Amino acid sequence: MIEFIKTLISGLGLGSIYALIALGYTMVYGIAKMLNFAHGDVIMVGAYAGIVAFTSAGLPPVFTVFLSVLVCTLLGVTIEHFAYKPLRGASSLSVLITAIGMSYLLQNLALMIFGSQQKAYPQYVKLGQVSLGAVTVDGITLLTLGVTACIMVGMSLFINRTKLGKAMRAVAEDRGAAELMGISVDRTIALTFAIGSALAAVASMCYGLTYVYIKPTTGAMPGIKAFTAAVFGGIGSLPGAMLGGIALGVIEQMAKTYISPLWADAIVFAVLVLVLVVRPTGLLGKEIQEKV
Amino acid sequence: MGRAKELLKNKNAVTLIALAAAYAVVAWMLYSGHITRQFTNMIIPMSMYIVLAVSLNLVVGFLGELNLGHAGFMSVGLFTGCLLSISLADKLPLIARLPLCMLVGGICAGLFGFAVGMPALRLKGDYLAIVTLACGEIVKNIITNLNVTGGARGLNTQPIYSGAKALLPYAVVLVFLTVIVMMHIKKSKQGRAIMAIRDNRIAAESIGLNVTYYKLTVFIIAAFFAGAAGALYGHYFANVKAVTFDYNMSIEILVIVVLGGMGSVRGSVIAAVVLQALPEIFRDFGDYRMLIYAVVLILAMLLTNSPRLAPLRQKLSSVRLGKAKETGGENHGTA
Repeated sequence: MIEFIKTLISGLGLGSIYALIALGYTMVYGIAKMLNFAHGDVIMVGAYAGIVAFTSAGLPPVFTVFLSVLVCTLLGVTIEHFAYKPLRGASSLSVLITAIGMSYLLQNLALMIFGSQQKAYPQYVKLGQVSLGAVTVDGITLLTLGVTACIMVGMSLFINRTKLGKAMRAVAEDRGAAELMGISVDRTIALTFAIGSALAAVASMCYGLTYVYIKPTTGAMPGIKAFTAAVFGGIGSLPGAMLGGIALGVIEQMAKTYISPLWADAIVFAVLVLVLVVRPTGLLGKEIQEKV
Repeated sequence: MGRAKELLKNKNAVTLIALAAAYAVVAWMLYSGHITRQFTNMIIPMSMYIVLAVSLNLVVGFLGELNLGHAGFMSVGLFTGCLLSISLADKLPLIARLPLCMLVGGICAGLFGFAVGMPALRLKGDYLAIVTLACGEIVKNIITNLNVTGGARGLNTQPIYSGAKALLPYAVVLVFLTVIVMMHIKKSKQGRAIMAIRDNRIAAESIGLNVTYYKLTVFIIAAFFAGAAGALYGHYFANVKAVTFDYNMSIEILVIVVLGGMGSVRGSVIAAVVLQALPEIFRDFGDYRMLIYAVVLILAMLLTNSPRLAPLRQKLSSVRLGKAKETGGENHGTA
C-alpha cells in the first residue's frame, strides 16, 4: 500500500510536468490550429537558460527562474513571428514541417553552444525527503505538484474570467468572427505562444530539479509524451490537457513500478491507442459534427 | 521522332527513364570502381528512402491521412525479413533468399499496416497522426525488449550482411516496382477513388465508394513496400537496432514527402535523393551541417507555402513558363 501511494505521488509529479507542457501544446492547437512540434525543445532551451543563469552567472534562484521564463517567452514569440506567422492560411502540414524544422534548429543550436555532453541542472531548491505519515516522498515532487496546481487554477481563471482569456476562446472558436468583433487575431496568437512558452519554462524548472541532467535532445521525449497527453485529454481542451498529462504520468509510473520499466513506454502508448479507439476525440474533446 | 516526342509528354515515362538513367550511371560507377566510399555508402540508404517516401506519399498525399509511424512499418518488415533470412542463410543463396525475405517482411508489415489502419477508420486528422506515432513507438519498444530480435543490443545481421554491389540490383527492382505501382494507382480508378475520399469523404461515400476498403488497402500497400524496403535495408548492416527507427525517422520520411509535393511520385523521388545527399554535401561544414539542414528546411517551407510570398512565387514561375501549372496543381494541402 505504501509503495502504491509512493508510486501514485511520483506519477502525479511526472504527470504535472507533462500537464504543464501539454497545456502549451493544446492552447497553441486550439487557437492557431497547428501542432507545434518545437514546443518540447523550448523546454530544453529553458533548462539551459537556468543552467547559464545560476551556474555561470551566479544569479539567485528567483532571478534564475525569472530569466528562464523570460528567455522561453521571447523565444516562443520570436518563433511564432518568423516561422509560423508567414504560413498562416497555408496547409497545416506545411506548418507542421516548419515546426519540425524549428525543432531541429533549436536542438542543433544547443548542440553547438553547449555540446552533446549532458549538463547538470543546478539544484537551487533543496527540499530533501518529506515524510507524510508512513510515506516518504521527494520534496521536489511536492513542489512540482504545488506549482502545477497553482498554474492550473491561474490558467482556468485567466481563460474564463479575463477579457484576454475571452478573446483567446473567441479566436479558438471562430477566427473570422473574432476578427470581425475587433479582436486582434495576430496579437492573440502571439499571446498564446508567450503563455505556452512561459509554462514550458516552468516545466523545464520542474524537470531539471527532478531529473537533473540536461542534453540538447532532452526536450524531445517529454515533448512527444506531452503531445500524446494533450491528444489523450482531447486536443484544444485545457482541462483535457491537465487531465491527460496527469493520467499519462500516473500510468507511466505505475507501469514502471508494477510491470517493467522496459515496457512502460509501450504500455503508455497502448493505453492511448485504446482510449482513442473508444473515444475518437480524447477524454474531454468535443465531438464535431461534420456538415455536408 | 514523333513517338519520342509523345513519350516526353508523358510525365511518368520521363520520370522512369530519368530514374533508369540515374541508376545505370550509378551501377556503372559502382561496378567499375569509379566511385568514392562515401558515395557507395549512400546508394542503398537512398534507394530505401525513395521507397519509403513514395509509399508514405500514398497515405499522406493520395489518401490525405497524416502518418507519423512509417518507420514502424519498416521496422516490422526489417526484423521479420532479417530473422527469416538469418535462419535460411546456409540453405538458400542470396538470389532466392532476399526476394523471399523481402516478400515475407512486406507481408508482415502489411498485416501490421492493417492493424494500424483499423483505428484509422474511426479517427481523423491529428488524432490518427498520434495513433500512428504511438504504434510506431510501441513497435520500437516491443522489438527492443524481445530476446529473439537481440534486445537492446540489436539484431546481429553479420551472417546475412551483403555489400552495396550485391544489393544494388534488388534495390533497383524494388524502387522501380514501388514507383510503377504508385504511378499506376494514381492513374487507375482506385486511385481516383482514394483521392476523392481525400478531397471529400462524405461526397465520396454518398456516391457509393467503400471508404473502409480503400483506406485499409492504402495502409496495407504502403506498409508492404516499407516492410520490403526494411528487409532489404537490414542486409546492408552487421547490426540493426530498433531504436534507430523511431518517430524521428518517420518524420524524416514525412519531410521528404511534403517537400517533394503531396501526391507527386516524381517529387518524392527527387526530394528523397536531395535530402539524403544534403548532409553529405554539407559534410565539410562539420557541426554546422545539421544546422544548415534545419535552416534550409524552414526556408524551403516558407518560400514554397507562405501565402504572403505567393506574388513572388508567381513571378518566379512565370519566368519558368509552364512549370508553374504542374507544381501548383499537386501541392494539395490536407488537414
